[in-house]
Amino acid sequence: MNANETNSYRVSPWSKLTQSKYFVYILISPLFFILLGYVIYPLYKTFVQSVVDKEGNFTFANYLKFFDTMTTTANIEALWNSVYISVISVITCAIVGVTMAFLLERYDFPGRKILSVLVLVPMALPPLIGALSFTFLYGESGIFPRFFQKLFGLSEVPFALEGIFGVIVVHTFTMYTYFYLSAQAAIKGLDPSLEEAATSLGAGRIRIWRKVILPMLTPAMIASSLLVFMISMASYTAPLMFGVDRTMTMQIYLSRTNGNLDMAATQSTILSIVSIAFLIIMKWYQNRRNYQNQSKGIGVHRTEVRGPLMKYLSMFFSILGTIILLLPILVIILISFSVDGRWTVQIIPTEYTLQHYIDLFTDSRTWKPIWNSIQMSTVAVIGNIIFGVAAAYAMVRMNFKGKNLLDILIMIPWALPGTVVAVNLIAAFSEPSVFSFNQVLIGTFWILPLAYFVRQLPLVFRNTSASLMQMDHSVEEAARGLGATWWYSFRRVILPMTASGILAGTLLAFVQGLGEFVASILIYNVSTMPLSVAIWQKLYAFQFGTACAYGVLQILLILIVLIVSEKLNNGSGATM
Amino acid sequence: MKSVKLQNVSKTFGKARGVENVDIDIRSGEFFTFLGPSGCGKTTTLRMIAGFYYPTKGKIYFDDRDMTTVPPNKRNIGMVFQNYALFPHMTVFENIAFGLEVRKLPKSVIKEKVERAQKLVHLDGYGNRKITELSGGQQQRVALARALVIEPDILLLDEPLSNLDAKLREETRVEIKRLQVELGITTIYVTHDQHEAMAMSDRIMVMNQGQIQQIGTPQEIYNRPVNHFVASFIGESNIIDASIKAIEGEHVIIDAGNGIVLKGLTSNSSPKLQIQPEKNVKLSIRPEIIKLGEGPNSLIGEVQFTEFSGVSINYIVKVGSIEISVMVINTGTNILNRGDQITLHIPEAGIYLMDGEG
Repeated sequence: MNANETNSYRVSPWSKLTQSKYFVYILISPLFFILLGYVIYPLYKTFVQSVVDKEGNFTFANYLKFFDTMTTTANIEALWNSVYISVISVITCAIVGVTMAFLLERYDFPGRKILSVLVLVPMALPPLIGALSFTFLYGESGIFPRFFQKLFGLSEVPFALEGIFGVIVVHTFTMYTYFYLSAQAAIKGLDPSLEEAATSLGAGRIRIWRKVILPMLTPAMIASSLLVFMISMASYTAPLMFGVDRTMTMQIYLSRTNGNLDMAATQSTILSIVSIAFLIIMKWYQNRRNYQNQSKGIGVHRTEVRGPLMKYLSMFFSILGTIILLLPILVIILISFSVDGRWTVQIIPTEYTLQHYIDLFTDSRTWKPIWNSIQMSTVAVIGNIIFGVAAAYAMVRMNFKGKNLLDILIMIPWALPGTVVAVNLIAAFSEPSVFSFNQVLIGTFWILPLAYFVRQLPLVFRNTSASLMQMDHSVEEAARGLGATWWYSFRRVILPMTASGILAGTLLAFVQGLGEFVASILIYNVSTMPLSVAIWQKLYAFQFGTACAYGVLQILLILIVLIVSEKLNNGSGATM
Repeated sequence: MKSVKLQNVSKTFGKARGVENVDIDIRSGEFFTFLGPSGCGKTTTLRMIAGFYYPTKGKIYFDDRDMTTVPPNKRNIGMVFQNYALFPHMTVFENIAFGLEVRKLPKSVIKEKVERAQKLVHLDGYGNRKITELSGGQQQRVALARALVIEPDILLLDEPLSNLDAKLREETRVEIKRLQVELGITTIYVTHDQHEAMAMSDRIMVMNQGQIQQIGTPQEIYNRPVNHFVASFIGESNIIDASIKAIEGEHVIIDAGNGIVLKGLTSNSSPKLQIQPEKNVKLSIRPEIIKLGEGPNSLIGEVQFTEFSGVSINYIVKVGSIEISVMVINTGTNILNRGDQITLHIPEAGIYLMDGEG
């Protein structure tokens, strides 16, 4: 072997670079740069704001003030309320979700099929619309309380959803699906022969539940509990709707709008710590253990509901469930046709019009927020795709030091409440920095897409890595073996094979961006007002009709996306 | 066609050892098989030749060119994967054409070559089919066509038959061998199936625990295994601990314990063994070599177990404390039962001596 032979083989500088074992670090450094700039740096700036006083001295004064119950109890009360609401929400969601999953998976009764579709309706409701529909239906001046007041001729409404109780009801309605989905998956994976085996060994019903079924459901339940707790802690719209000021998110919002920036930063930091702690606990728990069923090809066996009484009872509850699940959407549709400002003390609106829908697309002032949201969400999603695909590819296919760190960094925005994300971005980008290319971003168009980008990042990343993981390594190797460069095989093989998964995640991110409210409300300005903030303002201005027309548009978009991504996922499931 | 040379190649994964000091010279046009149990390092070695791994130590040459760290897409290899690794979003035609498109051939040439490749693997007319519409055997042939159409210097096959059912496996085996002979392409084949290896290969490399055990033609590997592992991995064999008693010209007298004394040939022994008195050895005696009745190296034993398979009768015979497996071709004679006395003899050339340690 002589040296000339080696040299005669053409090695371009580029391929030399791509073969280097340090090349992977060149690829992942932009990922770290982005996470550092738009997640960690804003988090850090908020922290700094909370511990540095106006003279630039380091101080814990804000934290002492937070926990000092002598001057004001608002903060401690808010923390306590947030935790209290979250714990109760976990319990109620677990009861509703698991019960639904068992009924729908294990029993056959009239109306089961339709109910098992409708049970997922809450997922199609944007948070703001969900909370809104509940106040329309069950609030102080809602349809049902008014109806019963009229019916019995009372001077006051007999009941009304309000305060913390209202928040918990809305949480239960919108979040039980997390329990439902994981319990459903766990029950589907529960091999009926396990129960049969236990029965044959002489175990009774109760013992089977205690010793077989519950232990196998535990991991799914704990994971869902942590998730619902986190989402409840971050919840902002429900407390806002029901006027519960004493929650962490509301306190941050109030401190912010009152100009008490140090306190907002302190509250944000404390909420961040709680959220990130939960994220870490969740990750730890997921890695710890997982009951995997040994058996394959499980035959579902449903117990049929027998006897006329049980049949009628179950039919009654099916219908009731269907109504409860559909009412929120129906009420939004109904009110979207009502004339603004005319629905006051009547049970339901009395005057109807199509004008709101016509206005949506013809009146430039009504159209503006929709167009704003479409633009900003598109920009954010383009960023999400580029970053999400690169990060997912790096995580799934490459080996490098700092992989675990990257994983956690990407998931942090998912754990952070939207309110906190907004406060962090304000802290970081109200002055020029490297990450904003020396611009002040607050008050410009770009801050909202940036917030959406950060909030949606984990979603796109997760969907993309899931579809990458499904793909067999050897397919990429086959392409390389046939002479394709890395880029060619990425373009011709990896992207087409994972496109449907990426698209599904992206569409989801896009509609979430369209409906984003929690962070938007803190950072929008008049010219960039997004759809959800417009809904809020219309409500404030007593223009229910217009607000609900916006809401119907959002629900429609979400439904379309859910159906399309379901189709896409089914399509990609058929790989080999 | 290119020759392949591995010079002292080792690959470690972190602390785990992959393969150690692999030295092979694969001739141009040769059908060369890596054979061994799973985890023996055969696939790791193949992947280094393909370029998916780079060796930790050592060099890889195609002809005289150093390919050690050349990326896989610059090696001009054709590889067939265990699970075929077909592109599920492309048709049969597009799959086969992929490598040609990478090489930027004109459309008309691609079409012609792909159609010829389809014919070669009997898939003409299947061009527009989706991969998911094909049976396992057809998918296998698409993978083969895709690898061959680029006219690779070397064809690499990683357990290509393991996902097929028994009958298809037989058919495809013959087909692959036919293509290889017709095209005269240097082929490296990885398998854990000794029958496949014996039937197809010009030469076989037996591997175990990351190390080469033996390289040789199928006959050499079967008839003259170098150690216990090779003898028992390839075919069935009675492995008996023994010691050399004396050497008498071209004969060697062996003490196999239990008062059994056998006479073998000094020439019929592993090249690694030094024949000298008192030396501990292992004997390898194939069941089909042992004959019924009186003859050289006669033994009398008791039948422990009888198994009738149609073509043959397999006995397990206890001689002293040694159990010997014997295979007799069925000629319609009486079958002995458990407890019957049986007389056997072993032709001198049927006793193969190996080192006692290996």
